[in-house]
Amino acid sequence: MQYLMLIYDAEADWAKMTAADQAAMYKEYGQFTQQIMESGNHQAGHQLKPIATATTVRMRDGKRVVTDGPFAETKEQLGGFYLVEAKDLDEAISIAARIPSVRHGSIEIRPIVTRGETAEGKVA
Amino acid sequence: MDLEKLHREESGRILSTLIRLLGDFDLAEEMLQEAYATALQKWPVDGPPANPAAWLVSTARHKAIDRLRREKRFEEKQAEIARYSEFLAQPAAGFSQADAEEERFPDDRLRLIFTCCHPALSEEAQVALTLRTVCGITREELAKAFLVPVATMAQRLVRAKRKIRDAGIPYCEPSAEDLVERLDAVLLVVYLIFNEGYLASSGDALVRRELCAEAIRLARVLCALLPRPFEAQALLALMLLHDSRCEARVSAEGELVLLEEQDRSRWHGEQIREGTELTERALRGGATGVYALQASISALHANAKTAQETDWRQIAALYAVLLRVYPSPVIAVNRAVAVAMAGDLEQGLALLEKLEQREELREFHLLPAAKADLLRRLERRGEAAAAYRRALLLATNDVEIRFLRRRLAEAEG
Repeated sequence: MQYLMLIYDAEADWAKMTAADQAAMYKEYGQFTQQIMESGNHQAGHQLKPIATATTVRMRDGKRVVTDGPFAETKEQLGGFYLVEAKDLDEAISIAARIPSVRHGSIEIRPIVTRGETAEGKVA
Repeated sequence: MDLEKLHREESGRILSTLIRLLGDFDLAEEMLQEAYATALQKWPVDGPPANPAAWLVSTARHKAIDRLRREKRFEEKQAEIARYSEFLAQPAAGFSQADAEEERFPDDRLRLIFTCCHPALSEEAQVALTLRTVCGITREELAKAFLVPVATMAQRLVRAKRKIRDAGIPYCEPSAEDLVERLDAVLLVVYLIFNEGYLASSGDALVRRELCAEAIRLARVLCALLPRPFEAQALLALMLLHDSRCEARVSAEGELVLLEEQDRSRWHGEQIREGTELTERALRGGATGVYALQASISALHANAKTAQETDWRQIAALYAVLLRVYPSPVIAVNRAVAVAMAGDLEQGLALLEKLEQREELREFHLLPAAKADLLRRLERRGEAAAAYRRALLLATNDVEIRFLRRRLAEAEG
């Protein structure tokens, strides 16, 4: 199965880190990514730029509405993701537990809808 | 052959094996129902098979094959085909075609328990699913036990099964590295089931007894199937020791009887003996968790010939350790009471007064209730009455409210 791992972390904490600590974190992420590439779990993964760079698009009554944000008042923001292949949820959990941000933030694991399947898991 | 009895005792095992064979909770449940229906028609005529449980598994399995063929599902679904052929190729997964009915089949309940108690499911769902699938309790009985409409319970079960399927929760025992964490979740579910039966204030008394019995049965399965069963043994011991007092803790009028005032001759001796022995075995095996500590405390109570002979000093010491492992308000109150009962009423009272400062214990009715009891023993009746009144404002359980009212009347009288 494929799982999307959404990495939520406090941007404010990241900004407060020293350059050395940030470098150490990047190094750790690099090693982790390398590991899951070698194990064949890695499908994709990226860090996202800060939430301040986010833009939201909606189409309402045929009109395109573009806004800055979202700036929900949450402590943690979506900061990056991995798309992984894992045999079941237990393997996905054990991968998520190794993502460096798991120690400060949280990882949301979402199974991907595969072709021929509806979001409710029924065979289309 | 008593089909009902078979259903009760073996359905968890049969269902576990069917889920393994079919890889589908709903299909397994449905096919087992159909197999029971066939058994109801056939057995009275042909006589029951030599091994009824294995007969039910193989009958349900054949019905599943027919169903899949009829629906041509395995022609359309790649995964299903793979599973289906695997499933045809392994008629010996416990039984060979010819002597299926004589053979015992492997016990798959452990993996079913781990799947049902997966932390990715809500606690509520874990409890319901475990009782439904591993214990074979019906939706109707579950709804009655948990005081929710049948439709709510059915929905809860459907959602849980859907999450297992869609999120890819595996049907297997956890890896060695996850075992401890996962086992904690399983033991908690078993204990929740027991407490639901033991402590619940309302609902059908018979249904509640059933829940206690099921929890004990589940713990026995865990003890038999786990490679290192010590924490499970401690939990089993704890439940047996609690359960040994179930007849003495409620009077003929349905009133709560405190441990101190219980008629000890009504305690269940065999359960106390087994619970005590299991506690010792668990401790020797290295169990140090909350269940082992609570079982040790319970064993001290259970083995005291009279309330006066209770070894309160040791109980107070065990509560102090327990409080470090598991800092809960109930345990903090119990520890204070144990200190008081060990001979130092004033110190116990001081501990309770310190707990009263804590914001999160403001609404906790057992705290003023415990304080009232110590004040009563100190013969400070006016203060005791005030504390009983405060406890009454906070208590919600009918049995407890009646008990507190009685005590208040005594303090005022």
